[in-house]
Amino acid sequence: MTGRYLAWRLLQVPLAVSGILLVSFLLIHLAPGDPVVALAGEHGDAAYYAEMRAKFGLDRSLAEQLGVFVANVARLDLGVSYVLGRPALDVVLERLPATLLLTGSALVVSTLIGIALGVVAASHAGRGPDVAINLAALTLLATPAFWLAQLALLALALHAGWFPIGGMTDPRSSATGLGAIADVARHLLLPMAVLAAGEVAAIARLTRIGLLDELRQDYVRTARAKGLPESRVLTRHALPLAMLPVLTVIGGRVGHLLSGAVLVEMVFGWPGIGRLLLSSVQARDIPVVLGIFLVVGLSVVFANVMTDLAYVRLDPRIRYR
Amino acid sequence: MFGWTRASAIAEPAAGHPAAEAPAWPRATDAERRVATSDRRRSRGRVRTATGWLGLLIVLGFLVVAALADVLAPADPLVPVGPPLAPPSAAYRMGTDDLGRDLLSGLVYGVRTTVLVALLVGLIVLPLGVGVGAAAGARGGRLDDLLMRLSEFWQVLPRFFLAMMVIALFGPGLDRIVLVLALTSWVLLARVVRAEILSVRERQFVEAARALGCSELRILLRHMLPHALPATIVYFALLIAQVILVEASLGFLGLGDPNAISLGYLASQAQGFLRVAWWLWFFPGAALILVVIGLNLVADAINDSLPPRR
Repeated sequence: MTGRYLAWRLLQVPLAVSGILLVSFLLIHLAPGDPVVALAGEHGDAAYYAEMRAKFGLDRSLAEQLGVFVANVARLDLGVSYVLGRPALDVVLERLPATLLLTGSALVVSTLIGIALGVVAASHAGRGPDVAINLAALTLLATPAFWLAQLALLALALHAGWFPIGGMTDPRSSATGLGAIADVARHLLLPMAVLAAGEVAAIARLTRIGLLDELRQDYVRTARAKGLPESRVLTRHALPLAMLPVLTVIGGRVGHLLSGAVLVEMVFGWPGIGRLLLSSVQARDIPVVLGIFLVVGLSVVFANVMTDLAYVRLDPRIRYR
Repeated sequence: MFGWTRASAIAEPAAGHPAAEAPAWPRATDAERRVATSDRRRSRGRVRTATGWLGLLIVLGFLVVAALADVLAPADPLVPVGPPLAPPSAAYRMGTDDLGRDLLSGLVYGVRTTVLVALLVGLIVLPLGVGVGAAAGARGGRLDDLLMRLSEFWQVLPRFFLAMMVIALFGPGLDRIVLVLALTSWVLLARVVRAEILSVRERQFVEAARALGCSELRILLRHMLPHALPATIVYFALLIAQVILVEASLGFLGLGDPNAISLGYLASQAQGFLRVAWWLWFFPGAALILVVIGLNLVADAINDSLPPRR
């Protein structure tokens, strides 16, 4: 049965990918402005326009143009950045590691802290710590990422001076090896913490609800009845099962983190794809914008599939249909 | 994109609500009825808690500010009226920006933009989501399959990035922001409505209505939809909260409507003056936090009044 689920789930990947490609193709096609007029100028004669149209395949049917588009994307050819004059995909991939570092570390940190806070809240359900964590989580979930980023920048970097005010490295530093890593880590801490904050709130709430659900189950009563200490019942019996819903949303969190990263990168001057995306949108550098859209879309699809597969492995009760 | 955590908690079909139709016979006295009707049944789908009322008050307050922006704003938000970067005082309640424009006036008009976007998105999402969701839940079949496939795809589509791509291609503007947000939101609302309808489709009171000869449409509208309403409102409130945050984020990036002042745009103006003018940073974000918390409180209050799931 697991095999069938696997096959069905993997079959969805090309579907999702083609959906993302179709959406981007249609958007580009629907965008105002005629590329031929843009290339040939407004006062060309009809024959010249027709020639240009034929040259770039714009006279062919929409389906054919879609085919060419998909073939180009499959060959990893997204065109040349209007601004930088280099292949758009190269431009995007150059900036990707910085964003992966930022979002990846935020994902790990928020998962760990979120689960810990969720456990604390659930084990004190209805009492002080629970109320405090719930209140903080609600506020954090309602806080725009940019507001929190500016607060952190203002309080911890500008006033307290504990953190650098932006960027990924110190331009004066010539450190190599460990020194360089420490330098990046120092710059990473604040933007990562801001990006993780909203996720911590979400994960803590999810863990708390899941754990409270599990604690009502019969097997927990059995574990308690046979005299296990409460901490063991919590961490060994209930928590692993309560983790399943937390795991399922990782796919969704990747998309959420990447969009948060755009804002955080802008406030902290972090040189990732978020800032690249913003400058490209402002310059209408479509190939780069498309490249980022595709990279982000594919990452989210990939993350969703991976979480689903992990879910099936971890929970023997799950059998697809 | 933003709504996944809370939504996932309510997207599952409810395990069955207590029948709202109390037996009509024998007639109970008022006193009997008071005893028989459990609190939960009577308050189902209603805001009953103090925090719920507070949330409702906040949301209504924002609607009023948006409607009366012209009256409430002390000055023209685009015209310098005082010294630049003046801190909050009796004359300028929230201070002024670097050009000496009154921040309170900007904020009031920013709230109007926020509310406008939220209302327009709601106007598209609500009929579309409820209509398709109800039809899919009640009829099943191909429409249902299509909706489920569509919602799976929509869940992986990165909404924020889609919005940025649309702005890159079509230029900034409120209309396209509303369209992108609405078109990426309605499917998941439809899923919630569908799940709710499915949970009551085989219930006795629906069967009874069918036996009485009610038309399918009447059963759907009068008997099944009322059951789906509270869960729909819960999800809708959370959805609007997310829409507000996305719109603010786009405004912060300078990608909002260039002809409308938005809270996100005001917040972005603070970036260059963080050290000298905290008020430019504080107030726009605080307004956003307030309205999003308000919507969450309303959603929580209604959700808590629903029978527990499982």
